[in-house]
Amino acid sequence: MTDDAAVLENQRLEIRLLLEAIYHKSGYDFRGYASAHIKRRLDHVRARNSIPSFCEMIHRLIYDAGFFDEILQALSINVTEMFRDPEFYRAVREFVVPHLKTYPFIKVWHAGCAAGQEVYSMGILLDEEGMRERAQIYATDINPQVLEEARRGIYPLEAVRQYTSNYQKSGGIASFADYYTAGYESVAIAADLKKNVLFSPHNLVTDGIFGEMNVIFCRNVLIYFGDELQDKVIKLFLDSLCNGGFLCLGSKESLRFSAHADAFEVVDAREKIYRKRAVRVPTVQGEP
Amino acid sequence: MRAVAIGASAGGLDAIGRVLEALPADYPAAVLVVQHIAPHANDTLARRFQRHCRLPVQEAEDKHPLLPGIVFIAPADFHLMVEPELRLSLSREERVNYSRPSIDVLMETAAEAFCSALTGVILTGASIDGAAGLAAIKRLGGRAVVQSPETAEVDIMPRAAIAACTVDAVLGLDEIGAFLARLGYEEPC
Repeated sequence: MTDDAAVLENQRLEIRLLLEAIYHKSGYDFRGYASAHIKRRLDHVRARNSIPSFCEMIHRLIYDAGFFDEILQALSINVTEMFRDPEFYRAVREFVVPHLKTYPFIKVWHAGCAAGQEVYSMGILLDEEGMRERAQIYATDINPQVLEEARRGIYPLEAVRQYTSNYQKSGGIASFADYYTAGYESVAIAADLKKNVLFSPHNLVTDGIFGEMNVIFCRNVLIYFGDELQDKVIKLFLDSLCNGGFLCLGSKESLRFSAHADAFEVVDAREKIYRKRAVRVPTVQGEP
Repeated sequence: MRAVAIGASAGGLDAIGRVLEALPADYPAAVLVVQHIAPHANDTLARRFQRHCRLPVQEAEDKHPLLPGIVFIAPADFHLMVEPELRLSLSREERVNYSRPSIDVLMETAAEAFCSALTGVILTGASIDGAAGLAAIKRLGGRAVVQSPETAEVDIMPRAAIAACTVDAVLGLDEIGAFLARLGYEEPC
């Protein structure tokens, strides 16, 4: 083993201990996250604060209340756009919405909703399909700061050109400008689109199921999890979906490597839309 | 298992094609490629490189186990990383050297996963991305190959890489292909 390889081993140990400390101090459990990702993010925080080692971050974490928040912000990645991946929204209109229309009332869960762009995109889509009045939408995220941004629904004006182009490519049937009010430097999402949306904190790693969802969106969240944690969260989604409910992942995520792959059928392999297979409840013969 | 990480920017489409062309159908190393590309580009890169390559070429999917003899291409607008248990992972964290995917991110994480079993290759480009990554590969005992600046469509990236570490070879594209083809059959360390 070269000296540098030995350093690497020791660093891995330090990171394991730091993640334990974060868990015991805050209750946030990052121990099952993808380790290459975790190391890069923690190293950013370490370098920015001129802390010599991961181990020395443990002391700071325990005694400095603001430091955990800095770590939480660094570990939460919230890059997205409205109607990001227009072809995905087109596929939702084509393959998912017709099924939803057969229900009198639907429940939708955006797991890891970040600053809300996906929530409002789906809100617009459901509105245009005449479904929004019949939908209860749950939007959750681990990070209280971005959840507050999602609630506000205010986005920079310079992002709107891209949002508009995405919306048009996604098969939108109205004018995107109908859905926001423009200010000097930002736009505010129409208040109407916030009706029926419940924003709340939820941690996919440590919190429980959301019952009987018709659709779950969890796009570009699982990529930050290690394979075992991914499996655990996919099981959580499986248990939160009604029979025939849909699971929508990010375009580069897949159920292919999951232990629960067989519990879903593939609706659109390219856009990563899956559907929970019906589970028959076994009836026990001879019992009252 | 051995692995090869290839990074290119401006001029990379042809250069990567030329290098992949040289790899034999039974190549026993995993190949990882970052080509800088616009964020809204679709997944045509893998199909494009497949035309030049006897190995299967795939756009990288998150948590795909790394397998020898497959070429994985970083998707547009995602960083491609290698996890220590030899799976791929993707990330949308901020750009590095103005790029997502970034060559440094791939090479630094792959170096930590493969140590001396990794070879890094820097090709043409108008960026300094890849220089720090190649240096990380060298630090952890791997090998570094750079396209000779005189033969590169844009020489900034090869020059930055050569300045950042002691490289093992500076070669033209066809020689790089031959070098990698040979390397795949060496005993893994």
